[in-house]
Amino acid sequence: MSLREIHLTVNGEARTATVENRLLLVHCIRENLGLTGTHVGCETSHCGACTIHVEGTPVKSCTMFAVQADGKSITTVEGLAGPDGISPVQEGFWEEHGLQCGFCTPGMMMTATALVRVEEEPSEAEIREAISGNLCRCTGYVNIVRAIQFAHRKIHSPAPVPVMAHEGGE
Amino acid sequence: MVTTRTTPEVGGMGHSPRRKEDPRFIQGKGNYIEDIKLPGMLWMDIVRSPYAHARIVSIDASKALAIPGVLAVITGKDLEKYGLHWMPTLMSDTQMVLPTDTVKYQAQEVCAVIATERYIAADAIQAVEVEYEELPVVVDPFKAMEPGATLVRPDKGKDTNHIWHWEVGDPDATDAILKASDLVVKQDVYIPRIHVASIETCGCVASFDKVEGKLTVWMTTQAPHAIRTVLALVAGHVGLSEERIRVISPDIGGGFGGKVPVYPGYVIAIAASVLIGKPVKWIEDRMENLQADSFARDYHTTAELGVNRDGTLTALRVKTLADHGYADSAANPSKFPAGLYHICTGSYDLKGAHVEVDGVYTNKPPGGVAYRCSFRVTEAVHTIERMVDIAAHEIGMDPAALRMKNFIEEDQFPYKSVLGWEYDSGNYHAALRKAMDIIGYEDLRKEQLEKRAKGELMGIGISSFTEIVGAGPSRDFDILGIKMFDSAEIRVHPTGKAIARFGTKSQGQGHETTYAQIVAEELGIPMSQVQVEEGDTDTAPYGLGTYASRSTPTAGAAAAMAARKIRDKARKIAAYLLEADEEDLEWEPGKFSVRGNPDAVKTIQEIAFAAYTNHPQGMEAGLEATHYYDPPNLTYPFGSYICVVDIDKGTGQVTIRRFVAIDDCGNIINPKIVEGQVHGGLTMGLAPSLYEEISYDEAGNCLGGSFVDYLVPTAVESPHWETGHTITPSPHHPIGAKGVGESPTVGAPPAIANAVVDALWHLGVRHIDIPMTPARVWKVLRDHGVEG
Repeated sequence: MSLREIHLTVNGEARTATVENRLLLVHCIRENLGLTGTHVGCETSHCGACTIHVEGTPVKSCTMFAVQADGKSITTVEGLAGPDGISPVQEGFWEEHGLQCGFCTPGMMMTATALVRVEEEPSEAEIREAISGNLCRCTGYVNIVRAIQFAHRKIHSPAPVPVMAHEGGE
Repeated sequence: MVTTRTTPEVGGMGHSPRRKEDPRFIQGKGNYIEDIKLPGMLWMDIVRSPYAHARIVSIDASKALAIPGVLAVITGKDLEKYGLHWMPTLMSDTQMVLPTDTVKYQAQEVCAVIATERYIAADAIQAVEVEYEELPVVVDPFKAMEPGATLVRPDKGKDTNHIWHWEVGDPDATDAILKASDLVVKQDVYIPRIHVASIETCGCVASFDKVEGKLTVWMTTQAPHAIRTVLALVAGHVGLSEERIRVISPDIGGGFGGKVPVYPGYVIAIAASVLIGKPVKWIEDRMENLQADSFARDYHTTAELGVNRDGTLTALRVKTLADHGYADSAANPSKFPAGLYHICTGSYDLKGAHVEVDGVYTNKPPGGVAYRCSFRVTEAVHTIERMVDIAAHEIGMDPAALRMKNFIEEDQFPYKSVLGWEYDSGNYHAALRKAMDIIGYEDLRKEQLEKRAKGELMGIGISSFTEIVGAGPSRDFDILGIKMFDSAEIRVHPTGKAIARFGTKSQGQGHETTYAQIVAEELGIPMSQVQVEEGDTDTAPYGLGTYASRSTPTAGAAAAMAARKIRDKARKIAAYLLEADEEDLEWEPGKFSVRGNPDAVKTIQEIAFAAYTNHPQGMEAGLEATHYYDPPNLTYPFGSYICVVDIDKGTGQVTIRRFVAIDDCGNIINPKIVEGQVHGGLTMGLAPSLYEEISYDEAGNCLGGSFVDYLVPTAVESPHWETGHTITPSPHHPIGAKGVGESPTVGAPPAIANAVVDALWHLGVRHIDIPMTPARVWKVLRDHGVEG
């Protein structure tokens, strides 16, 4: 078993970990770095629960070895909220009931966070395509789409976000 | 229209406040099973059988034990010394914890490795050398029933794989009605094996404290209290008595029924912790989850439905072969072996019905757990809704009109079905009418004719289902003898805030929010000030857990009843404080006032304070109550769904163009959460209709054992669901609610299947089994002369 020391920036903080070469990045994040918000749903890159950002880009962290992240900057769900509180994506998921059991939610929000950076509001079909690497078994995705739309408007529209009507909620 | 009696700040029933549990989930602070980490914790991994039926000749663990960090390899022979190598299923069948001689299905547990780290345990299971002698395999349940078939369970001492026969209804009367009908439509319908595939797999951390003699188990369970009792019953003889067992169900990443059973992995981890004296963690990987955990469905049905030329439905006859794999491990706490399957007369006023089901063993994993539905209700609804559609097409009547003609009428409720259920309330015509209006049914039928003239394939499918949930009344429902009540305990603190604890366990349903809303509705304490806890057997009152859409019907009712007990005491305290007669006090949410003197008021907060500081002499201090609710009846949610599909003649791909779902779950606690439950349930109805299936080849190899070939729908496959509701309160439930989580899973598949067959009926297609994959539909198209 060969061990290696890696240095990475995690949610803006310099961190060091001593890892086996074969250690998956997701296990490094959860076990070595103690950040359990990133979840494991399959270990085979299908479910997307382990999605994080590596240098700002969404990556399924079970597809990378920890040593491949050496020297890189990563962001996990724990890094989404800022000094002013939760991020627009987090707020959107809360406001629009975009989560139920919460297990896929961190990965889903990391994918969504990258998506809402684009200035032009994505269509529903584009949102659905963008999150198609993240499986959710609870929500049926409708409210996740609404959550992402909420976040996009909050970030890119200067006007106050209108409260969306819910079909089942009159 | 949802009405409210409280302000948004109080947030009682009918409001849609943001969920109380969400802040931790959206900030990565949920506490799921894999997040539990204890000092000195060991890891367990499991060696699994590559064969579906084999004798274990030998297990050589020497190479595994030579790996640094590997502490033990546990076999069935080790557990046999303690009598722990077998365990009961929830249906009082038996299943192996670890085998001592033979394995009965592919991916069955063979032995377990205990190591200091996860990766070392994973290495070690590869190093265990197991020699097998392959045995004949029986996969097909019909072949399993033939004389001379390979015996799956010789331990049962019977010369057959037949497990049980069960029937209900009057066979002779049904036969006579069918013979007198103008037409009897007959169809084979197969509901395949599927798996709930919650995004979190199963697992546990078992921690045995040798000094205290106490076992604490964190586990992915939907029913922590029942599990504690089962553990005490199974392991009492080795010293684990119930007061020394604590089961904690932490945040659960989706359950859907798959986290009701006791899987061997839990028991092995517990045994390992007790033997070694250290905490042991076991987390399934996805392939273990899909290949070895209990499965849902697998019903082979032949149905006959009588219909007269005027569209009157007469009687139903159903014969079903139920494939249970190698153990009947149905998560079915009823006295009926096929669960609630005899709800299969559905929403229709049939005069006769007879249902027969036979359970059979095969070399497959244990079958019979739920897939987001109550004990075989999906199988029942799929059968009747397919048959009704076939009948409509056969006599040339519009499927909506045929349903309208045969629905149980609003004034027939409470309605006693011919198979013995008493439907509590319903208004089936209103739900279907509403769905038809929203989707524009008549226009769609015109469009379909135009498209058909052009050779295009478009179909419209209806499903008007009746659910049966809220298990259940103690006369019919128990788990190993424990009746199916559920519980609530509410304590109001001196400052007027409250904590409420329940015997259920949310897996995403939002109990921390909805239960708080029920308490807010009944006591007027703002829901934001009601803390809800579940899942810890040391603190919560005893309950049977969350599945079968039972939380609102049982524990939700218990919450209301406990709150009313508190209100009764609060009335006495208010009368004392106001120096008034109790009878002169009027309640509105949050306060008592004296009739005719609106200024004489005591709020629930003032009353709570007095309960600890200034209560009447002779009265017990405090303000708390516990209620165990044994429901007088089940609840019967219902709905009508309409689905429009377009079919690609070239590829056979089915595209859902629109799907309108009108649900009626009685009074609504939180409209936004109900809508979310419906969205999710519809997607889990879509999944087996078009995508998901676990099948096996003749050697018993699992086809569908990973997310490569078990196709859980993504956001792209899932349509934009259109939802709505009607409200028909349950007359026997304290808050008139019925439960909703499973209705859409039950109702959606026949709507989709009926739409696909509706698109193809004119070609001579009568039925297609689900999942209606492109390959399957493509073959049907080609067989009926359609070219791409």
